[in-house]
Amino acid sequence: MALLEVKDLRTSFRTEDGVVRAVEGVNFSVEKGQTLGIVGESGCGKSVTCLTIMGLNPKRNTLTGGEALWKGNDLLAMKPSELRAVRGDEISMIFQDPMTSLNPVHTIGRQLIEAVLLHRDVTKRVARSRALELLKAVGIPRAETRIDDYPHQFSGGMRQRVMIAMALINDPDLLIADEPTTALDVTTQAQILALMKTLQEDFGSAIIMITHDLGVVAEVADDVLVMYAANVVEQAEVHDLFHRPQHPYTWGLMGSLPRLETDVERLTQIPGQPPSLLRPPNGCRFHPRCPYVMEVCKTTVPELLPTQRDPDHLQKCHLDEETKERESAKLLAATMVEAR
Amino acid sequence: MFRYLVRRTLWAALLFIVITFVTFVIFYVGPNNPARAVCGGEQAKRECIVRATAKLGLDQPMPVQYEKFLRRLVFHGDLGESFATSQSVNQRIREAAPVTASLVFGGAVLWMMIGLTVGIFSALKPRSLTDRAAMVFVLIGVSAHPIWIGLIFEYVFGVKLGWTPIANYANFFGAPADSGQPGGPWQWFYHLILPWCTFALLFAALYVRMIRANVMETLNEDYVRTARAKGAPEGQVLRSHVLRNALLPVVTMLGMDIGIALGGAIFTETVYQLPGLGQTAIIGINNQDLAIVQGVIVFATVAIIVFNLLVDLLYAWIDPRIRLT
Repeated sequence: MALLEVKDLRTSFRTEDGVVRAVEGVNFSVEKGQTLGIVGESGCGKSVTCLTIMGLNPKRNTLTGGEALWKGNDLLAMKPSELRAVRGDEISMIFQDPMTSLNPVHTIGRQLIEAVLLHRDVTKRVARSRALELLKAVGIPRAETRIDDYPHQFSGGMRQRVMIAMALINDPDLLIADEPTTALDVTTQAQILALMKTLQEDFGSAIIMITHDLGVVAEVADDVLVMYAANVVEQAEVHDLFHRPQHPYTWGLMGSLPRLETDVERLTQIPGQPPSLLRPPNGCRFHPRCPYVMEVCKTTVPELLPTQRDPDHLQKCHLDEETKERESAKLLAATMVEAR
Repeated sequence: MFRYLVRRTLWAALLFIVITFVTFVIFYVGPNNPARAVCGGEQAKRECIVRATAKLGLDQPMPVQYEKFLRRLVFHGDLGESFATSQSVNQRIREAAPVTASLVFGGAVLWMMIGLTVGIFSALKPRSLTDRAAMVFVLIGVSAHPIWIGLIFEYVFGVKLGWTPIANYANFFGAPADSGQPGGPWQWFYHLILPWCTFALLFAALYVRMIRANVMETLNEDYVRTARAKGAPEGQVLRSHVLRNALLPVVTMLGMDIGIALGGAIFTETVYQLPGLGQTAIIGINNQDLAIVQGVIVFATVAIIVFNLLVDLLYAWIDPRIRLT
């Protein structure tokens, strides 16, 4: 049994302008110790997918459908108290902006200890030594004194380390990282990614890595979900995705990735903007921006289907297999992509 | 920290000099003749005015009078004597200050109680019936003048329903034995209920609105989501993560508003005939009694300066991001 199995997940928000369908029928599963990457532009529904699983969307205007089976139990149908017992203990989460994700008026020690005490029946002293242990594990120098410091006394990278320590403090089975490196500068990004990889080996947690950066996905993921406008457009094992991408949107993402090996004048970009989820286009969501658009794309929504060569490689496009193979080979040759 | 205190004290001293000096100037620029007022106004006899002028020191130039006033105040802590009654101004303020303090601090407790409960509840259930009712209350509280509210309260609760007294003050520690006036904690409370409600209404309305907005904003903060993601129950999220942050600016506002409230107390004291600082100042102005007016202003200035300093220190203590330098 998969650790987490998400089936036909749907989330929509009621707003003053109408209903925004932020996630429409997402399916995936995460196995123990594996890393799933979710890639896509801002607003494509990747964060909302994970917030829905965690039950962290505002209750007042959110409608949720589908199932998220955690070790066989549906997280979406759980009572609030049951869900709280899972959150922060079995599943924990790291957020995008470490500058605002820690409470400014409490010391980091207090916030780490709180995370332990919420799920473990231990004394404060034990919780504190656990907090100290984790701060050392994530590489906070002079952890013994820094544990009593406030968040504003740490740099962004250090704060993200604290967030990671807090997420791992109860030894979770699954860690959801929502763009954990986006707000950090490049050298810090690399450090944090390396840290997460080491810690995954030590703690054995599965990871869902949400990112808009294909480079990050290539670095850490085992499986990849490419999302566009609330839908999954391609889903594959990471090696396969980078060597045989099947969706024009994925091609666009890869074309806009800077590479050291190739010498291009200008990075290509995907023309246009992602559609409004209030009034999404008919047919394939990507057709207004797609260079391969056909008549059928404008009227009929393609299904997410396996490719002929690999039943685990799913894609959602009307183009015939031959064209896709040809175009992805062309893209590959042009960029000499070398995943891993 | 030490440097901060020194700087604050110097600023306070400067502020103090400016305020008292301006009061002096305004008093002398205006068409006042306190000596005439002392001698009975329009019908005053000439020799009485001459005698009074000499006695009050009004024949000396204004800067000399100011210097005398300042010297007496700084070295002896003495605010002088009332022009009109020769009563010691210190004594008068000692009597009036507890009345105003009772009104202002009691009122502040009341408006904070209303502001916190209604504000937090509204923020947690925005657009609910309670929230909308609270916003109507805010609109009324902000729009209505304390004198009007005071008169309405007096009429409804005092005259029509007969639940409360309509005027006067009762000393918390008991009235003098032979005065025949009410006294003691219960009478004190009983006499102040209506003044407190009148006085607190405006601020309660402002605080409901402010606390509601702050709490709603804080509920959307990333660290609140972090707390929920840790598995913290809603009550703990609210107490430990939302309120602590949402109420930080409220502490500052409270410190500043206590000062503004001192001024607002004049209206309430007038309606309910409470012998507080506001009423003392009004009587002083009517009698052209500079000593009394100046005394009230000095006392209020010092009180506000000290209060603001305390609030700043408190703020630095509860918000770790602020360091006083």
